[in-house]
Amino acid sequence: MNKKDQELIFELSQPGRIGYSLPELDVPEADLSVLLPAGYLREEEPELPEVSELDIMRHYTALSNRNHGVDSGFYPLGSCTMKYNPKINEDVARFEGFAHVHPLQQEETVQGAMELLYDLQEHLKEITGMDEVTLQPAAGAQGEWTGLMMIRAYHEENGDFNRTKVIVPDSAHGTNPASATVAGFETVTVKSGEDGLVDLEDLRRVADETTAALMLTNPNTLGLFEENILEIAEIIHGVGGKVYYDGANLNAVMSKARPGDMGFDVVHLNLHKTFTGPHGGGGPGSGPVGVKKDLIPYLPKPVLVKEEGVYRFDYNRPQSIGRVKPFYGNFGINVRAYTYIRSMGPDGLKAVTEYAVLNANYMMRRLAPYFDLPFNRHCKHEFVLSGKRQKKLGVRTLDIAKRLLDFGFHPPTIYFPLNVEECIMIEPTETESKETLDAFIDVMIQIAKEAEANPEIVQEAPHTTVIGRLDETAAARKPVLRYERELQNA
Amino acid sequence: MKHRYLPMTETDKKEMLATIGVQTVDELFADIPEKVRFQGLYNIKEAKAEPALKKELSAMAAKNINAKQYASFLGAGVYDHYTPSIVDHVISRSEFYTAYTPYQPEISQGELQAIFEFQTMICELTGMDVANSSMYDGGTALAEAAMLSAGQTKRKKVLVSETVHPESRDVLATYAKGQNIEVVVIPHKNGVTDIDQLNELVDNDTAAVIVQYPNFFGAIESLSEVEKAAHDAKAMFVVSSNPLALGALTPPGKFGADIVIGDAQPFGIPAQFGGPHCGYFAVTKKLMRKVPGRLVGQTHDDQGQRGFVLTLQAREQHIRRDKATSNICSNQALNALAASVAMTALGKKGVREIATQNLQKAFFARETLKQNGVEVLFDGPIFNEFVIRLNKPVREVNQKLLEKGIIGGYDLGLTYDGLENCMLVAVTELRTKEEIELFAKELGDSHE
Repeated sequence: MNKKDQELIFELSQPGRIGYSLPELDVPEADLSVLLPAGYLREEEPELPEVSELDIMRHYTALSNRNHGVDSGFYPLGSCTMKYNPKINEDVARFEGFAHVHPLQQEETVQGAMELLYDLQEHLKEITGMDEVTLQPAAGAQGEWTGLMMIRAYHEENGDFNRTKVIVPDSAHGTNPASATVAGFETVTVKSGEDGLVDLEDLRRVADETTAALMLTNPNTLGLFEENILEIAEIIHGVGGKVYYDGANLNAVMSKARPGDMGFDVVHLNLHKTFTGPHGGGGPGSGPVGVKKDLIPYLPKPVLVKEEGVYRFDYNRPQSIGRVKPFYGNFGINVRAYTYIRSMGPDGLKAVTEYAVLNANYMMRRLAPYFDLPFNRHCKHEFVLSGKRQKKLGVRTLDIAKRLLDFGFHPPTIYFPLNVEECIMIEPTETESKETLDAFIDVMIQIAKEAEANPEIVQEAPHTTVIGRLDETAAARKPVLRYERELQNA
Repeated sequence: MKHRYLPMTETDKKEMLATIGVQTVDELFADIPEKVRFQGLYNIKEAKAEPALKKELSAMAAKNINAKQYASFLGAGVYDHYTPSIVDHVISRSEFYTAYTPYQPEISQGELQAIFEFQTMICELTGMDVANSSMYDGGTALAEAAMLSAGQTKRKKVLVSETVHPESRDVLATYAKGQNIEVVVIPHKNGVTDIDQLNELVDNDTAAVIVQYPNFFGAIESLSEVEKAAHDAKAMFVVSSNPLALGALTPPGKFGADIVIGDAQPFGIPAQFGGPHCGYFAVTKKLMRKVPGRLVGQTHDDQGQRGFVLTLQAREQHIRRDKATSNICSNQALNALAASVAMTALGKKGVREIATQNLQKAFFARETLKQNGVEVLFDGPIFNEFVIRLNKPVREVNQKLLEKGIIGGYDLGLTYDGLENCMLVAVTELRTKEEIELFAKELGDSHE
């Protein structure tokens, strides 16, 4: 261990210290060796830390100080919609009647929780233009897989067993092809054209009677609206396939265009993105799925229904794909999303999209003179730049990202989508002020100038973070994935 | 419009439109074809101001009976345990909860190190070599374990015990359909996996044998016998385990498990109507490169300072796309943090003590119920749950219990043939002797 190293909690441990306060055992104590069969009473103690409550709080406070969140500063991570996470959401999710309700309580004792879920479904139906919504999937990727399993069930019900392929654009999120594989499909890639949009000719070439579905994000991951969406849907429907909407970018089109009106048959949403989840350092998320009428029978069960003012879980769904997650989804995240939607209302959600798009276009136009802009047209909620010009000077996009850290900004998404060289993908969101956008833009311009005049300062960045660039190759070559005292001293 | 989450002023807007070179915001949406353009506003509820909304949602929450106001004997996979106050204070630090996946390690060391510590603690409790950074929940972790096993053994059948949580088995069935994996259920005998049936069912096509420990009925499975059956057939031995129980029980790793999965909800994560909880996934070193989800590894910077990064990412969807071992992307990081804080607070001694208290109290409750004339089924060793048979529907009994301030146990008749009128009773360290005696008395009375 290096002197400057942040200690691991295990390194703070001292035998004899405790950080808990358990109730006294108030029942007669039986001999454990009688209660448990031979060999089943644990002998070796697990090496968990022995620390006081203050030790714990200081440790995690120190860790939090080594972490950047939206509350710390600007976080324009493309495709992740890092908007402000409202505090009322956190309060509401902690109400005892929401936080400490057991999922297997009798239905009449949880009508309030079911009412919230039902009303959230109703709101999401209107927002997406779909006919029914399930809140069961845990996150976007699970929503994708759920939607694809429903599409598979639909085709099979029609005796259509040859639909083995799912088409995804080359700009798609990595989860799309991975979800297709988990759902038992092969993935076929459709190319993007010069304009960054799905190449219709290529789509016609790959779409055939083996096509189960096309998965599409709209606006796509380049931040561009797929203008030919109706034609795209027609091509896929024409060969008997279904069209799937990846809702990662819904923040760009609320009250402007609904997936249900664009010809999509299935939609998933990322409630931790558009609807202020929060992101939690990587999760938990929530990935509701909306469907059009002909797919309703295949929804995961149970389905939440309302009958004469009473809410009930319906398990009698013979065509359902089954359960995708224990219980009813990530309720705690759904509570936060519902609170957010109710805080915004119809005018608010429309303004959200308008400001998200205004902010992105403003940034794009101000940065365009200094970086390559692969697609010179209005973007939606995010846009991509290319660091091609800087690369020629020996400064890579990774370097630019690291240099941004010196100014207290979280860098944009980099090297994604894969079809743009040295890609920088910026999503400001609507909750940032113009001052913040300007400050970030000014720093980006400064870095572009540094790349010309003083490339080393960018190449060697970051200079001000608690730690320098980390050796990822070493991490992967000889993985150390858990604390072991001996390894630390090696 | 003005809203506290939307900071742009009219002046800002004007300046920005001028920079872009358009007159109105609408022009920025001109690329949306007329035919699909949404007109007007969503037909949803009008916005509410903060005080009014809080009041409304507080009233909605108050309609739900909850474990803070009632004494709960309901478990079945989700438990009411002691949560150190410190847990919520740590996870409420917004540097943690408003961050995303730590893609930029230099400004995400806090999250990365916390997860590295989580991975270590899960390894310690389960007795395994490697644990990932979390899964959605125990049920999907179990399904992923089955898929990993099928991929690793190149076999297409998994055996799962009837004593595994029914909802986890449901989830497994759905995932198995996607992967064309056959799922065969091993029946239970007296509340534990029937080893004779297991030996009959396991064969050279079996990718995995999956059991739960303690099982859904609260009983302790004979892991040594299951291990032998699985490994004799060269199948993977998969154990779904309540990690809190492992404070007192010999860890599955000691019995030769290849994969241990489960849910860390008992460590500081509220029930919240079923989610989000926190799946975990632990394996032997041999399977390290097959683990789904994110892994945090230790490394160093150019000055030799210790640091942490996401590692072995070549397994993951954002690199391997359709060849990835799993499609998981977002996980349950914040809940893994909550579980870490709870495991840290309990520590080496507390985790033993809490687990032991559960054992003692459940045993006491079972004996007390017997004394009150209630029939106990499957009278073997248990952790913190057991099964009783009533002489009337569980639903009816639970209705009466509510009047006494008690949330009764789970109605096994809902999911198991032959267990009509049977209740699965959970007794954690939070149930007092008084509550247990009242519960036993009420159930005893209902027998008369």
